[in-house]
Amino acid sequence: MKILVCITNVPDTTSKITFTDSDTRLNKNGVQFIIGPYDDYALARAVELKEQTGGSLTVLHVGEADAEPQIRKALAIGADDAVRVNAEPLDSYFTAVQIAHIAKQESYDLILMGRESIDYNSGVVHGLVGEMLGIGSYSPVMKLDISGNKVTIAREIESGKEILTASLPLVLGCQEPIADWKIPNMRGIMTARTKPLKVVEPVSVDEMTVPQSYAQPAPKGACKMIPASEASTLIRLLQTEAKIL
Amino acid sequence: MSVLIYIELDNGSIKKTSLETVAYGAKVAAQTGGKAIVLAIGKADSGELEKAGDFGAEKVLHASDEKLAHENSMAYADLLVQAAETTQSKIIVLPKSGLGDAMAARAAAKLKAGIVSGVTALPETQGSFNVTRSIFTGKAFATVEIKSDIKILVVKKNAIELDESSVGTVKATVEIFTPSLRDTDFEATVVEVEKASGEVSLTEADIIVSGGRGMKGPENWQPLLDLANALGAATGCSKPVSDLDWRPHHEHIGQTGIKVAPNLYIACGISGAIQHLAGVNGSKCIVVINKDPEAPFFKAADYGIVGDVFEILPKLTEAVKAIK
Repeated sequence: MKILVCITNVPDTTSKITFTDSDTRLNKNGVQFIIGPYDDYALARAVELKEQTGGSLTVLHVGEADAEPQIRKALAIGADDAVRVNAEPLDSYFTAVQIAHIAKQESYDLILMGRESIDYNSGVVHGLVGEMLGIGSYSPVMKLDISGNKVTIAREIESGKEILTASLPLVLGCQEPIADWKIPNMRGIMTARTKPLKVVEPVSVDEMTVPQSYAQPAPKGACKMIPASEASTLIRLLQTEAKIL
Repeated sequence: MSVLIYIELDNGSIKKTSLETVAYGAKVAAQTGGKAIVLAIGKADSGELEKAGDFGAEKVLHASDEKLAHENSMAYADLLVQAAETTQSKIIVLPKSGLGDAMAARAAAKLKAGIVSGVTALPETQGSFNVTRSIFTGKAFATVEIKSDIKILVVKKNAIELDESSVGTVKATVEIFTPSLRDTDFEATVVEVEKASGEVSLTEADIIVSGGRGMKGPENWQPLLDLANALGAATGCSKPVSDLDWRPHHEHIGQTGIKVAPNLYIACGISGAIQHLAGVNGSKCIVVINKDPEAPFFKAADYGIVGDVFEILPKLTEAVKAIK
């Protein structure tokens, strides 16, 4: 089975987000970048499926060269090779076209990615790629089992889950607890250095959306403290002052 | 030029977030000089669907084929595209949800449309078409210009105020919509649906009571559940709590869990890690109860109580019962 895992390169979840160049660019100073947490789940399950089926696993990133440490980490975790589309991914549509273009050349059985990136939170790339390839797409997938061509998926729906069966090929957006994150071992780190990482130029895409500027939320006002001995006062304040109850 | 608005149904009723989406779409239609037309998929009475008129919709297209009973983003996206073509809509509005995003994505690829998900305000339509969206799980906002001819907006909860004054008394016309369904959209088989019954959905909830490690164990959750019950609230938890299996995963609120935007969020024994704050920063009012006065959550709160949750929660429950 040929598996493609798409990873994002995003600021660590603890990062404070600020902007530079008159609020037109993310300020990357002092920010640690990581593989998107949801993508990490997709990668972990893909490594297990590769071991189970004896197939191949390619990792794909649409982004600039500064993401290569994260791509190498994915190789150290268990991907066989990697492709980086050398472009700043400015919107979901652009990213999806690049992924679909690569996927069409290689006919992957399974394309996995996180349910969303934790920077732009769109959660639409898997659906776009599925439609562009003319195959099914499901998200967020919490459990994934494959037997031959048949796939059994458990995915989260509002206040519960849905279990469905479908056939390969598919595009899936993943989330926990599909697999435990994998940490690269020393052997993986050493072999990752020699695994192929191909850099390709992007295909041209019509400009759909263009970011103009960024902003931070307005600062929060001071918290009104209520003594624990008068806790019930809170309910009155929520009713009369905040007018919520 | 019409604005097409997709609404989600829950047991035949229009979800509150979808009513917000109707109000949002109707205002966009008013801004751009078009009609607001709604698409509803699934079983619902005409009387219920007519309510979309109260929020500014002129017409509701209703598709209720038996094959569409199960949420199916691929078939639903097909319908959305057919409805957009029938109504010649150039702007499509959906509510932000797993289904809304999935439909929007597949429709965007079919229509070659620019898609912006997580929209938090009405667009600016003078000259270029600009929308503001939430990014970095609410830690920032981006203003984005949509340049494509067809535009798809996926709107976050609370992007528009649904107060009494914005509600009208006009009934929308309900028309049966008969789309052509493709067999390829129905190749997957739904084997089982496990939906927790009686629970208030976190993404739809107006009030959420949420617990962290300060609750000290799953056996101690009853006081929190009692308060939630008295308030008619949904219950949530922090990531460590779901990681420890104290509470189910679908209650995990945060950057890598569910993002919520209730009117009232009550955090009990949650210190307020940046990842948790990112999941709740869309809340209108935040109450924090924690015995540690240095807990970072107090900086993000509107009201705070420093004290033992197990002493405070029963007092709050009694006070709520007293005003009901």
